[in-house]
Amino acid sequence: MSWTTPLDVAAAVCILLGAVLTLVAAIGQVRMPDLLSRMHAATKPQVLGTVLIVLGLSLRLREPGVVGLLLLVVLLQMATSVVSSHMVGRASFRAGQVRDDLLVVDELSDEQLHEEPRGAP
Amino acid sequence: MSPVLRTRRDGSTRPARYRAVQPLAVLWLTLVWLAMWGEVSPLLVVGGVLVAVAVCVAFPLPPVDIASGLRPVALARLVARFLVDVVRASIQVTGVVLRRRPVRNAVVAVDLESSSDFVMTLVAAMLSLIPGSVVVEARRSTHTLYLHVLDVPDEESAEEFRRDALQLEQRVLRALPPHAPEEAGA
Repeated sequence: MSWTTPLDVAAAVCILLGAVLTLVAAIGQVRMPDLLSRMHAATKPQVLGTVLIVLGLSLRLREPGVVGLLLLVVLLQMATSVVSSHMVGRASFRAGQVRDDLLVVDELSDEQLHEEPRGAP
Repeated sequence: MSPVLRTRRDGSTRPARYRAVQPLAVLWLTLVWLAMWGEVSPLLVVGGVLVAVAVCVAFPLPPVDIASGLRPVALARLVARFLVDVVRASIQVTGVVLRRRPVRNAVVAVDLESSSDFVMTLVAAMLSLIPGSVVVEARRSTHTLYLHVLDVPDEESAEEFRRDALQLEQRVLRALPPHAPEEAGA
């Protein structure tokens, strides 16, 4: 028993939780009814899952160089998952790949009839 | 930031030129470079600065003047609330994935108060990272975000989500207060 034991336990818990969240993301891919709902399952529990796994790794490895790299992994993950989920969601909406029967409110389709030219900022 | 226009002596206007190499960007890129090497040595720092300057010259971006108006306490509150939201909403999405009942969604329009592109980008990114919402469309002309929200049983919850999103914008505005217009154009 040394001072590193609690850190190792915390690391194990973090990695396990992160793995569970990633598993939930995978289950969501199968269970969700349409593309946009799948996007939620794919990008969201997975952000926290990545953060937890990276946190567990840095608690276990405890090297400054590695921690810097892992921090970078989290930041880039957050920066890129936003853009990719937006682009996929936007493309699917414009292509009409949305199940209207699942939407309670749809304030975008109501408005797109008199929209500015597509692609305009 | 919308393009800043400068007026020439003869009265014609042109978009302002930005200085490509910005100290903050160079510092950040150098830190990234060092993090990727995983160690710090004089040669690596010099190499990192050179690479950072080259990247700034090759891919120039308009400056984002964050540091001048930063409020640390409000920023800490923004980040803390964001982390809480991410954890809470992750649990919520997990519940939605695992339960049996079919899910109902909504596409909600959020008209942002601020007219700054930077604030709009930040709010959109944070809303996307918080589970349960994806930005499907962003209209710059009216500063409106259209979000696909997971698990909205009725219109009341859609309104609630809109209020939450606007509160997030308020927190961003408190942390990074916008500049006065004359300052931005100077």
